[in-house]
Amino acid sequence: MRILYYLLEKEFLQILRNKSILRMLIIAPIIQLILMPLAADFSVKNISIAVVDHDHSTVSRQLIKKITASGHFKLTGYKDSYLDGLSMVENDKADLLIEIPIGFERNLVRENSQKLFITINAIEGTKANLGGGYLQNIIRDYNSELRMKWIPPNSGPNRGQVISIASTNWYNPYMNYHLFIVPGILVSLLTAMSSMQAAFNIVQEKEQGTIEQINVTPIKKYIFILGKLLPFLVLSVIVFTLGLIVSKVFYNIWPVGNFGILYVSLIIYLFAMLGMGLLISTYSETQQQAMSLSFFFTMIFNMMSGMFTSLDSMPNWAKIVANLFPPSHFIKIMRMVVMKGSDYSDISSHLFWMFGIGLFLTTWAVLNYRKTIN
Amino acid sequence: MMEVDVIRTENLTKKFGNFIAANELTFNVKKGEIFGFLGANGAGKTTAMRMLCGLLEPSSGKGMVAGYDIYTQRDDIKKNIGYMSQKFSLYDDLTVRENIRFYGGIYGLSRKEIAAKTAELLTELQLEKEAKVLVSQLPLGWKQKLAFSIAIVHDPQIVFLDEPTGGVDPVTRRQFWDLIYHASARGVTIFVTTHYMDEAEYCNRVSIMVDGVIAALDSPANLKLKYGANNMDEVFYQLARNATRGE
Repeated sequence: MRILYYLLEKEFLQILRNKSILRMLIIAPIIQLILMPLAADFSVKNISIAVVDHDHSTVSRQLIKKITASGHFKLTGYKDSYLDGLSMVENDKADLLIEIPIGFERNLVRENSQKLFITINAIEGTKANLGGGYLQNIIRDYNSELRMKWIPPNSGPNRGQVISIASTNWYNPYMNYHLFIVPGILVSLLTAMSSMQAAFNIVQEKEQGTIEQINVTPIKKYIFILGKLLPFLVLSVIVFTLGLIVSKVFYNIWPVGNFGILYVSLIIYLFAMLGMGLLISTYSETQQQAMSLSFFFTMIFNMMSGMFTSLDSMPNWAKIVANLFPPSHFIKIMRMVVMKGSDYSDISSHLFWMFGIGLFLTTWAVLNYRKTIN
Repeated sequence: MMEVDVIRTENLTKKFGNFIAANELTFNVKKGEIFGFLGANGAGKTTAMRMLCGLLEPSSGKGMVAGYDIYTQRDDIKKNIGYMSQKFSLYDDLTVRENIRFYGGIYGLSRKEIAAKTAELLTELQLEKEAKVLVSQLPLGWKQKLAFSIAIVHDPQIVFLDEPTGGVDPVTRRQFWDLIYHASARGVTIFVTTHYMDEAEYCNRVSIMVDGVIAALDSPANLKLKYGANNMDEVFYQLARNATRGE
């Protein structure tokens, strides 16, 4: 135990002395946490829309007003011909083009039906999809408004039956996208810092040759490993705590659930990720190798751990793969505890998975870590 | 001094695939001796030394270091040896004092012992003023002297030095050898590899490795006599010029 103390003392001295590591570990994640959620926002605003109005009627003007008043769209062009409007789409000046045919109001009144044409620029899939969806909703709303207005109030049972849907969004009533993405980004920052930095630190000793000096001492392998991983566990817990504070200050997100549960899960998660860092270090002779390996895994983790997209929409085999990634579980836990206030019983399967993966990775790494070369 | 062998090997061999880095080495080193381990680049010196230190598992043969078996009692060996590798092995981003404290600590010295050792080393190396200087800011020669002193901070029976004076100026080399003699006088056995033939003259006995085998082993005086040479340079040249390996 005394030996462990000297190891820890040395690691902390080195980490605290190295300003660039401190910046990397503390300041970079905070800046990322402040900036990244702004980009990773899937609720679409500022969709440019161009209008070709052949009708120039009260109804068509009201419709356009209703669309621009929704907040999702901004009117970037008001054209006289479809071709003019299309060229705006082609030049990326408009994402959507809506064409109101001649006689729109008249036909609506007389024949009770009319067609609208929407052209969608589908290069940016999400934007186009959501934009199209928003637009249809608005038009449907407007449509039923019109019907209410024009059908006499005492016209009996035929008075346009409407099924209206009243939906409530549980746990995130205002569909605030930040509430979904911020906990996920915090996990991904933690992933990068814990396993990568631990791996780099160990490999750096290999590069500098100091590890050989350690290997000729009678120091036990598990004590050396503990001495290497514990400092990064402590730093990760600090980064996580700072992350929670940043989330509160900048996004007003504060966990609904129990902090004890959050931190117990965090420790289990770090156990798995530091095990992975150690494993990477045993397979790397240079920091460059460690960097490439870590980068490979972090990329996959970021895309496949359900941070941006739902895991449930993946094919089954891919779900099984994603289940083997500790971040998938921790992101789930974070969202459940932060948004719903879930209890141990709700997250136990995720804790079990993370612990199992951690045990596997760490055992593998310890077996592969050798003081003596064969 | 009692004639006790602190290192004894028998047909010690290390193969890397088809390449035989060290071939059936048989030699012994007596307690308190300064044993020079010479050889051209790639002759297998470092391989042999790493096997003795427990850093490398031998392919075959026997070996005892400080009374312990090199296969089964590596941890016991490690308690009783010091090692200074070819690569500089102190922490650049720690101060002189912190390095001494760290290595003393992981060798299990008590707080008091560490304090006493630190004071002793700083005086011996005349580094009192530099105690709080980062090791990266010391000149190479000072670093090497410090590395040597730290390698024997736990008073080992044997210290292994792998080309400790590479790249160091002649004056500092001379001072370095003073440290070696000083340690030897306290009963520490010195096992040292070097390229400098004048340093070979300082050793009690030297072995010269050529292409993975020990080509000669005796005191410098006897070797010069045997090969009819004026100095160790000539001895080495006669033995090593036929070497097929090299960098």
